[in-house]
Amino acid sequence: MDSLSLIAMVSIITAGLTMAIGSIGPAFGEARAVAQALSAIAQQPDEAGTITRTLFVGLAMIESTAIYCFVMAMILIFANPFWDYAISAAGN
Amino acid sequence: MNITPDSIILWEWEFLHINATIAFTWGVMALLVGGSWLITRRLTSVAEIPRWQNLLEVIVTGMRDQIREVSHQQPGLYLPFVGTLFLFIVSANLLAIVPGFIAPTGSLSTTTALAISVFVAVPLFGIAHEGLGSYLKHYIQPTPLMLPFNIIGELSRTIALAVRLYGNIMSGSIIIGILLSLTPFFFPVVMQLLGLITGAIQAYIFAILSMVYIASATAAQHTNQTKPDKFRQTPIPQNTQKNPTKEK
Repeated sequence: MDSLSLIAMVSIITAGLTMAIGSIGPAFGEARAVAQALSAIAQQPDEAGTITRTLFVGLAMIESTAIYCFVMAMILIFANPFWDYAISAAGN
Repeated sequence: MNITPDSIILWEWEFLHINATIAFTWGVMALLVGGSWLITRRLTSVAEIPRWQNLLEVIVTGMRDQIREVSHQQPGLYLPFVGTLFLFIVSANLLAIVPGFIAPTGSLSTTTALAISVFVAVPLFGIAHEGLGSYLKHYIQPTPLMLPFNIIGELSRTIALAVRLYGNIMSGSIIIGILLSLTPFFFPVVMQLLGLITGAIQAYIFAILSMVYIASATAAQHTNQTKPDKFRQTPIPQNTQKNPTKEK
């Protein structure tokens, strides 16, 4: 197998793995956060505004780990520096 | 497929390259400035105000309420900075429904610029609020051992701010692009609607997070503990109940 197809294969498999593994943690975290916030709102409907705002900010914090994984996967697939290097090396 | 609008060159002349990010950023800026100028040209305070003035008043009042609630401080000082961030991001994200418009927030350069302006604004507001020495004391707050972690935290939250906005907006456009080639017509429309919600929420989160960072630098929670309670007895509670639910 030449290096070009090896780079492509490893990049695609790693991108899939990145999304698969990287979304598990944030999914559990967001599920816990939303469940807790819902029970808090059910207990104290008066504080729904504050709880909702804090929930959104917290969700954004949790979600950013998944977003990092997504950005890494997108870089691996669409803007892979090693792939570009291999292509330019093969062109020469 | 492009993962950044930076690579779309609209016009170039020698060393000058106008890419899609710059062009659409200036477009959004022109829209905001021109629209505000047109609306605020003739402000009235009679019983029946014009509908556009009403819209702007609702936006400004909502932003002031949110800032006051998050920072427990008077919003006047922070409204120009945080409000501008929110308005720019939300209009850039929501204009994505206009065909041909590429959201400038889908480029890492734009979001990094916004995050760096927050990174610079936090110490500025902090120093202006309580002086240089007192602000620098925050970095060694629990123990001087925490100094490197505080500095790393300051840097990493700036990167997080930039990558979060970029990742959300870019992922929306990429997913629509992939779906258009797989299942055209119906499903991309649903995802685009989801992208609009995401864009509005991300703009809100960006503004709220930068306000939280500024508020933590000015450390008003300890000094102005009594002030927000005074405000809460005025008609604000109805607004505060309404505003976050609207954001959903």
